[in-house]
Amino acid sequence: MDQIPINKVGDFLLVSLQVDMDDHQALLLQNDLTNQVVKTHAKGVLIDVSSVDIVDSFIGRMLGNMASITRVLGANSVVVGMQPAVAITIVELGLSLATIQTALNVDKGMALLQALVNKATNEGRYERLEK
Amino acid sequence: MNALKSETLPLCTDQDVLRIRQTVRTWMIEQTFNMIEQTMMVTASSELARNVVVHGGGGSARLELLADSGRQGVRVTFEDKGPGIADIEQALADGYTTGVGLGMGLGGAKRLVNDFEIGSEVGKGTRVTITKWK
Repeated sequence: MDQIPINKVGDFLLVSLQVDMDDHQALLLQNDLTNQVVKTHAKGVLIDVSSVDIVDSFIGRMLGNMASITRVLGANSVVVGMQPAVAITIVELGLSLATIQTALNVDKGMALLQALVNKATNEGRYERLEK
Repeated sequence: MNALKSETLPLCTDQDVLRIRQTVRTWMIEQTFNMIEQTMMVTASSELARNVVVHGGGGSARLELLADSGRQGVRVTFEDKGPGIADIEQALADGYTTGVGLGMGLGGAKRLVNDFEIGSEVGKGTRVTITKWK
């Protein structure tokens, strides 16, 4: 069973989920990603799901967990590239995925992460000025 | 209703859940279901297959190709000899969870298919049948 690769792109991590990911691999990835965020001091995580052909409640929960865990560690996560049929099925299934930020593709996701990082940096600056 | 073709697969491990997803996908493509119909059937199958493995202590899935008054359908029957479900109505309600998913498993799977049948006896096991028609 192959480990899902996590690549560093600038200040961000890029994870491309694969077509046939079983539950065990999904859990391993969750742990791997958590460790990599800490190790690389990543400011954001892009989760590319363009090759994923289904998101059921387990995978949905895993995506939500990854977003929550990385946020606690100071990195925003953005899920990108969801296939239309998967999006329709998720809504019909009843998954809200409300905690997950999404973008249409990797480029837009990267831009969103950069905007979030800039916003956080600016807010930090204002806080210092106020003091 | 005649089954034109059938196949039974074991459901004991994560890998078996994956194989069910792949096999259901192949059958749906063969019957020229569109991408959304395929995805809904595969997602429902994944939910139910995981239930068999995680809660039912393993079991099987039987795929059947059906022909009924001019229409064709793919039916999958999930069966386990696990603890069974005491309150089926509660188990079908959104938000019901025993901890592995988001509580959308059974009720969600039901919404993704055309026909959904469930039978369960405490101490004996559970059988869920889903069908997608075209």
